[in-house]
Amino acid sequence: MARMKFLCDAERCIECNACVTACKNEHEVPWGVNRRRVVVLEDGVPGEKSISVACMHCTDAPCAAVCPVDCFYTTDDGIVLHDKDLCIGCGYCFYACPFGAPQYPQQSAFGVRGKMDKCTFCAGGPEADNSDDEYAKYGRNRIAEGKLPLCAEMCSTKALLAGDGDLVADIYRQRVIRRGGRPKTWGWETAYQS
Amino acid sequence: MKLIRKKAASEVSSGQSRFAGEAIDRRTFLRRSGLALGGAAVATTLPPLMMRKARASMSGPKAGVETKVVKSICTHCAVGCGVYAEVQNGVWTGQEPAFDHPISLGAHCAKGASVRELGIGERRVKYPTKLEGGKWKRISWDQAINEIGDKMLEIRKTSGPDSVYWLGSAKFNNEQAYLFRKFYAMWGSNNGDHQARICHSTTVAGVANTWGYGAMTNSMNDIRHSKAILVCGGNPAEAHPVSLQHIFYAKERGAKLIVIDPRFTRTAAHADHYVRIRPGTDVPIVWGMLWHIFENGWEDKEFIRQRVYGMDQIREEVANWTPDEVEKVTGVDEATCKEAARLMAENRPSTYIWVMGGTQHTIGNNNTRAYCVFQLALGNMGVSGGGTNIFRGHDNVQGATDMCVLSHSLPGYYGLSAGAWKHWSRVWDVDYDWMQSRFDQGSYEKSKGKAVKPMNTKGIPVSRWIDGVLEDKANIAQKDNLRAMVLWGHSPNSQTRGLEMKKAMEKLDLLVIIDLVPTASAVMHDRTDGVYVLPAATQFETYGSVTASNRNLQWRSKVIEPLFESLPDQTIMYKFAKKLGFDEQFTKHIKVNNDEPLIEDITREYNRGMWTIGYTGQSPERLKAHQENWHTFNPNTMLAEGGPIDGEAYGLPWPCWGTPEMKHPGTPILYDTSKPVAEGGLNFRARFGVERDGVNLLAEGSAPVGNEIGDGHPEFDHKLLKELGWWDDLTADEKAAAEGRNWKTDLSGGIQRVAIKHGCAPFGNAKARAVVWNFPDPVPIHREPLYTSRRDLVEKYRTYDDRKSHYRLPVRYWSIQKQDFTKKYPLILTTGRLVEYEGGGDETRANPWLAELQQEMFLEIHPADATDRGILNGQQVWLEGAEGARLKVKADVTRRAARGVVWMPFHFAGHLQGKVLGDKYPEGTVPYVLGEAANTAMTYGYDSVTQMQETKCSLCQIELA
Repeated sequence: MARMKFLCDAERCIECNACVTACKNEHEVPWGVNRRRVVVLEDGVPGEKSISVACMHCTDAPCAAVCPVDCFYTTDDGIVLHDKDLCIGCGYCFYACPFGAPQYPQQSAFGVRGKMDKCTFCAGGPEADNSDDEYAKYGRNRIAEGKLPLCAEMCSTKALLAGDGDLVADIYRQRVIRRGGRPKTWGWETAYQS
Repeated sequence: MKLIRKKAASEVSSGQSRFAGEAIDRRTFLRRSGLALGGAAVATTLPPLMMRKARASMSGPKAGVETKVVKSICTHCAVGCGVYAEVQNGVWTGQEPAFDHPISLGAHCAKGASVRELGIGERRVKYPTKLEGGKWKRISWDQAINEIGDKMLEIRKTSGPDSVYWLGSAKFNNEQAYLFRKFYAMWGSNNGDHQARICHSTTVAGVANTWGYGAMTNSMNDIRHSKAILVCGGNPAEAHPVSLQHIFYAKERGAKLIVIDPRFTRTAAHADHYVRIRPGTDVPIVWGMLWHIFENGWEDKEFIRQRVYGMDQIREEVANWTPDEVEKVTGVDEATCKEAARLMAENRPSTYIWVMGGTQHTIGNNNTRAYCVFQLALGNMGVSGGGTNIFRGHDNVQGATDMCVLSHSLPGYYGLSAGAWKHWSRVWDVDYDWMQSRFDQGSYEKSKGKAVKPMNTKGIPVSRWIDGVLEDKANIAQKDNLRAMVLWGHSPNSQTRGLEMKKAMEKLDLLVIIDLVPTASAVMHDRTDGVYVLPAATQFETYGSVTASNRNLQWRSKVIEPLFESLPDQTIMYKFAKKLGFDEQFTKHIKVNNDEPLIEDITREYNRGMWTIGYTGQSPERLKAHQENWHTFNPNTMLAEGGPIDGEAYGLPWPCWGTPEMKHPGTPILYDTSKPVAEGGLNFRARFGVERDGVNLLAEGSAPVGNEIGDGHPEFDHKLLKELGWWDDLTADEKAAAEGRNWKTDLSGGIQRVAIKHGCAPFGNAKARAVVWNFPDPVPIHREPLYTSRRDLVEKYRTYDDRKSHYRLPVRYWSIQKQDFTKKYPLILTTGRLVEYEGGGDETRANPWLAELQQEMFLEIHPADATDRGILNGQQVWLEGAEGARLKVKADVTRRAARGVVWMPFHFAGHLQGKVLGDKYPEGTVPYVLGEAANTAMTYGYDSVTQMQETKCSLCQIELA
């Protein structure tokens, strides 16, 4: 059985946000809820790097460990999903997540939390695959259609990879070997005096 | 369970960093800054939960419903990415990656990944509207066409046809662009133009005058074969993100990426070598690099001997650009400059990429020619991995340029001479006398002492339309001022001098906007009447061909029917032609169904006329076959391998010579002599005669493989064919058509066929011109910008004298530059792009998926400049441009900007000098995000050849708001 994983190749990510809008497009995620976002480090100076981040579908998922209503479950493919009918919107998973993945829709000016929303690895939720109900709550179920997450499929530079962890690792390993290790960007030599 | 305590990922966005020394990212900065204000604004515009429900029921894919998959091409930039659209019951329900598309291989940027929104979004113009007594009033299409048409005919009667301006668009597909050019020709004016004027006109003029054609020579995919890649004045990571896929392909195989830019761009962040120049010093940095190349003997001497004219004169100029002088003018030290030159010279083939940072200057044509000369010196032309890879902007700006939606030429760059008009009159099958009668019969200009008529004189360019309205009538070389403006797919905020544009809009008799979105043209003025907004369909609601940056034509199929009351552009054109009384000539050989001219007939018509640049072989049938067979093309070569179109280049990149029946495969790399012309080989064009001052202009000992002459030769005409004894290779019909004609005007294509049969390029085989003797600066030289920050350099690098008439209008140069603005405006001001928005941004800011990512207009300022002004990161500031416009924007304090240089994105509109214009939009059309338009503050300045606007160098001052 496959173990689904994301990997973002920071040497290739150019912060074009295709992954972010692909996700919005595929699942019609409302304004203010970002299942995926691109984080930039050292913005505007040599060494600038960006990386696309969403739920990483942890094997031992901290969100699931802390959830008081136990709404999380892991699929056979290793995808961490949750049941919005059980979710009470407490936000404890937001504390626990190392990646800031859980999102909460804004319901009023006072920011009362709604049901948690996060990346589903395009695998929907507990409802019947690609039913209207599933689409309304979780978005499209691409995995059930035999497709991979749209964010990675549409990545402009193929920086973001998604799929069976073994295959993703093979692709990335080949890249690393071809590139010969160290980043070759301007400022690297300056920083390390080499 | 194993819970490890970690810092929250939101750490990145929680620092209260005052300076960018701590480097917080731009979006974090915006997100945070928008918290108080944006949150409330968003809540009012988009109740999130409600939207989710409404949207889900409206547009989500339904299980068990038949899904149709339609192939199209992204409508944003000219990379030309493939789109798979999923449609259920006429609703666009899904978008899939086009993995088999030869250019994008499934990839998109933020804009491309969101195009489905165009099929479900609601912030569009939905029905014809007019401004009456300060209020928008819904009207019918018939009423709109009648009222606008009547007013135009009245203006035509009193002021002549030249008082109506037809501003077209790079958002047209090829068929619409061609039809639009034909439209204003038959209206009887050359006052039509489009965005190419303000993006790459200096490229087209400079490059075409160097070696023949003014387009990207290789392709995005061909960059895979480069060993060094120089990006100069461009930021493809944001403007053409999918091209980075090919750049990285090369880079990961050892190619060196060099970026020359005043700003440390997201592209620079991935470079091996970054060179920061002062804005507007392109010629000095290029000559600086060339100085090292000549100094070290790195130039390709044999290539120069065989294929280049005038390099000696270049050497003389380059000798002046010693490392000291380069550092003094550009700010780049000797080692940095030499390293860039060395990387390009030692890693050949190397390619040169440039975009708007090079073109949008008063000396834009000098810049583009300097880039070409650099590549000629290194012998990088006509080879895979080399070339000048000029990235075009809008999705079809290459096609609309080729169709010459311009004020100075007929389709195919035929010009405006009597011969050009006769050629197109023949193609259109209309009487040349009738064509002439459509124009103003007066004369307002002289050429070589002889009076010339408006039909044969360049019209007012889009960059100067405001002067066509505001300038004293006595100074304009046409009968009257512009009185009616038609903005058909154009964002006014992409143009400089915003406050004067507002005045011009208010002075007009009639303002017509035809677009998906109302654009700033609907709101930036204080008119109360005489404005019409008509809904145009998107390119997903019609079909046709689109030319990507690399000259290939891609076919788009129709995804959905036009939404609301919008109509495809070709239908709107036909309706106007009918109202204005020339529909019969307009569509003489084009079938019209229910007011919609048939797209395929339009393609076939331009196939019959565009001989100059080889838009003749791309029949609708061939283009559709290429669309159906995306998967058969090899992305490394762009050639089909096997399948029904084996051996053809993807999209039949022009020139695709001869008739469609000749089956020319297209030309994937221009001027590549390693292949026969019949297989896409070529050489430099013989466009400028055969000799000059006793020097041979034809190629010497260089010709494409299989060329039977084996050397340089002039362009083909009936005489040359006879002299060579090849005349009898023509069929009897071809002979009849070719008699007295040349390769450009023989409508049978026989002359081209026979030339190619003998291995010759129809346009001759010549040297490239390093010296363009017919331009103001034959050898490209440096001239300081009009609003220069360096008064010490003005004397040595002075601009041009003012000109009395160029493109019908006076042009100011020295009268501006001689004034010192630096005391009041000490900072340099420059502009650029963001990945989320396209052009003026009106369409993309109305797309919530994109708008959410960039919610506020900002400027980038260096920490030192901010400190000097007491400005903290995230504060509101006033920016005052050198002509007095004041913009209220947020300060992003960052080292991305150089000290002394301020940068702004130009996609915003809807605020004007601190005033929010949101309530002025027609109901339901206000974009999600509004902001100050950067170009409100950009100043006067136009290229000496093409009237390109200067948007990359001006001056400003900034203070805390």
